[in-house]
Amino acid sequence: MSKNSFVIAVYVENKYGVLTRVTSMFTRRGFNIDTLTVGETESPEYSRITISLSGDQTDRGQLISQLKKLYNVKKVEVITADKGIRRELMLIKVKNSPENRADIKDAVDVFKAKIVDYSAEALCLEITGDTNKVDAFIDNMKPFGIIEMCRTGIVAIERGADSILSHEE
Amino acid sequence: MRLSGAEIVVKTLIEQNIKTIFGYPGGTVIDIYDQLKKYEGQIEHILTAHEQGAAHAADGYARASGDIGVVLATSGPGATNLVTGIATAYLDSVPMLAITGNVGTTMIGRDSFQEIDITGITLPITKHNFIVHRTEDLADTIREAIRIAKSGRPGPVLVDIPKDVQQKTADYEKAEPVKIRPNRPADDAVVAKAAKMIADSGRPFIYFGGGAVRAGAGELLEKLADKIDAAMGSSLMGLSEVPTSNPRFLGMQGMHGHYASSKAMHKADLIIAIGVRFSDRATGDTSKFSSGAQKIHIDVDASELNKNVETNLSSACDIIDFLKKLIDAVDEKKRPSWMAKIEKLKVQEKEFDDPDFLPEQVVKAASNITTADTRCVTDVGQHQMWAAQFYEFTDKRTWISSGGLGTMGFGMGAAIGSAYGTGKRSVLFTGDGSFGMDMNELATAVTYNVPLTIVVMNNGALGMVRQLQTFFYKKNYSNTTLNRKTDFKLLAEAMGAKGYRATTIDEFKDVFEKAYNDEGPSLIDMRIDTDDLVLPMVPGGGTYDKIICERSDINE
Repeated sequence: MSKNSFVIAVYVENKYGVLTRVTSMFTRRGFNIDTLTVGETESPEYSRITISLSGDQTDRGQLISQLKKLYNVKKVEVITADKGIRRELMLIKVKNSPENRADIKDAVDVFKAKIVDYSAEALCLEITGDTNKVDAFIDNMKPFGIIEMCRTGIVAIERGADSILSHEE
Repeated sequence: MRLSGAEIVVKTLIEQNIKTIFGYPGGTVIDIYDQLKKYEGQIEHILTAHEQGAAHAADGYARASGDIGVVLATSGPGATNLVTGIATAYLDSVPMLAITGNVGTTMIGRDSFQEIDITGITLPITKHNFIVHRTEDLADTIREAIRIAKSGRPGPVLVDIPKDVQQKTADYEKAEPVKIRPNRPADDAVVAKAAKMIADSGRPFIYFGGGAVRAGAGELLEKLADKIDAAMGSSLMGLSEVPTSNPRFLGMQGMHGHYASSKAMHKADLIIAIGVRFSDRATGDTSKFSSGAQKIHIDVDASELNKNVETNLSSACDIIDFLKKLIDAVDEKKRPSWMAKIEKLKVQEKEFDDPDFLPEQVVKAASNITTADTRCVTDVGQHQMWAAQFYEFTDKRTWISSGGLGTMGFGMGAAIGSAYGTGKRSVLFTGDGSFGMDMNELATAVTYNVPLTIVVMNNGALGMVRQLQTFFYKKNYSNTTLNRKTDFKLLAEAMGAKGYRATTIDEFKDVFEKAYNDEGPSLIDMRIDTDDLVLPMVPGGGTYDKIICERSDINE
């Protein structure tokens, strides 16, 4: 993750079409998003969108104030690196061969990844971690031959007992 | 009370004090029109010639009255014809409610006849939009739409209602008119810092725009300027909020702004920006724009702060509250050397003034004859800039013009709407190009006997683009020469309006006096020279130390 990247958590109403409204605003305002994930939250009323993007302070301020203007957006909060935990999950399929198998297994152990499927031609691996760790794991797998991979993008939560929904504006 | 969805729509509008709506019928809104007939004593519907005209009329109504404008159209092409009107209102932050019919809920998604995803289409040009799936939700959705449209920074909201939702019944209970959400009050620390910056400033300049008009901040701006001895200028959208006669007000600044206003803003050491968004038309090259000046930026919309121009102090809050607190917080101070400089700029500006310039004479003559409360409406192009430069505004909300989107074809609808919004005569300045886009609405004006005087500044060309071709495209007049054979006087008469013709300023004064005092709509075909220019000019992305003031400033 570059040093100018930041992560924003957005609580939106769990309603039809809301994701489109958010992404349409990104397109219209020319924001370049690195990752975006959406999922359920502790409350059935809300979905949580986690966005990571690179940019300067101005971009960050603009993105936040434009998000806050959207009718279905209830809460916008920056999750800073020091206050938050950031994770993403990746599933990656690499070529399996007798001569590489041991090296792959070593890497899996070191990175605390998991082998989730095994066949004579390929191994499916699962890894969770922050972006740097996932990137490093990919670099490790490249020599063995990556067949396919998919990353979820970042999810993030703040440390401590608070919910960001309870934070004051 | 158990009512059909269509009746709930009309009852809710009446309950929300909507007196006039503009629209055009069609298959998926017949039920609503059925009810409009039933309630015609309580709500008036104006049938336009085209849905776009209806949307601009709702917009003009809102701008002129300060209330919300409402437009109604059918699904499919009816809805898409609203798009330019909605976008115009969005870019100029005009409160508007657009109601569209849609095909029945079971028909949606099947490419049914006249089906279109209008909420999808208008997503980036509305503050918010709704599609109503249940008749039970109709009344509250319309109320919420009105609240959103009028609250904070106003804007258009669209409510799409499938035909079966209009036909099913639900309980309706009358509610009070919605209350708009109050804006955040001004922060005392921000006020104190602003007062300090003003105290430290030798050359303060107050720059205000459409946000000041929406808030009605005129008197407070004048009071602040008097107390701190500041000069004032506005964006195009800020016109008419402060009377043109105020000697501190130097007029519109920006691309085609007054020389003194643009120069003063450039020379200021403190810009107090109130309800503006530092549009590219106002700033030119932002990297060189007033780089020596400190900037205070107050707007109701937080996303405007530091968007186009970096400022030293900015706050999203209620403009009126901020100005009241600031006026109390600042010390009275005279700045004679700054005022002397302003006077010098005014003198320099006069030197460029050509007393024989016909477009200027026309606008000024009209301005002298009209009453202070007359709405000065424009289309888009050279005539718009001349009106902005030379019309003398006294009353508030008398300037009705498409600023952000720059919509040719805005004028006729907007002028009809503003006449309804005020009950007073509107004057429309348009060009032969713009009028070609909206002349169909002359039929509407005649049908309803709308008090409206149209001045077609007829130069036989698309003058604004032609001017750019003159300056920057080696006079390659590609597709900007009109010279159509249309006789506007006869056209007006054919449509049932009064028609006049003028070629000189004396003829114009004579016929305008008559046209302005006609009962219904009247039109003047005012012939002007094809090569008349809008000056001064700061070319797009240009800088304020290089203002083009005279034809000779350009290497023709």
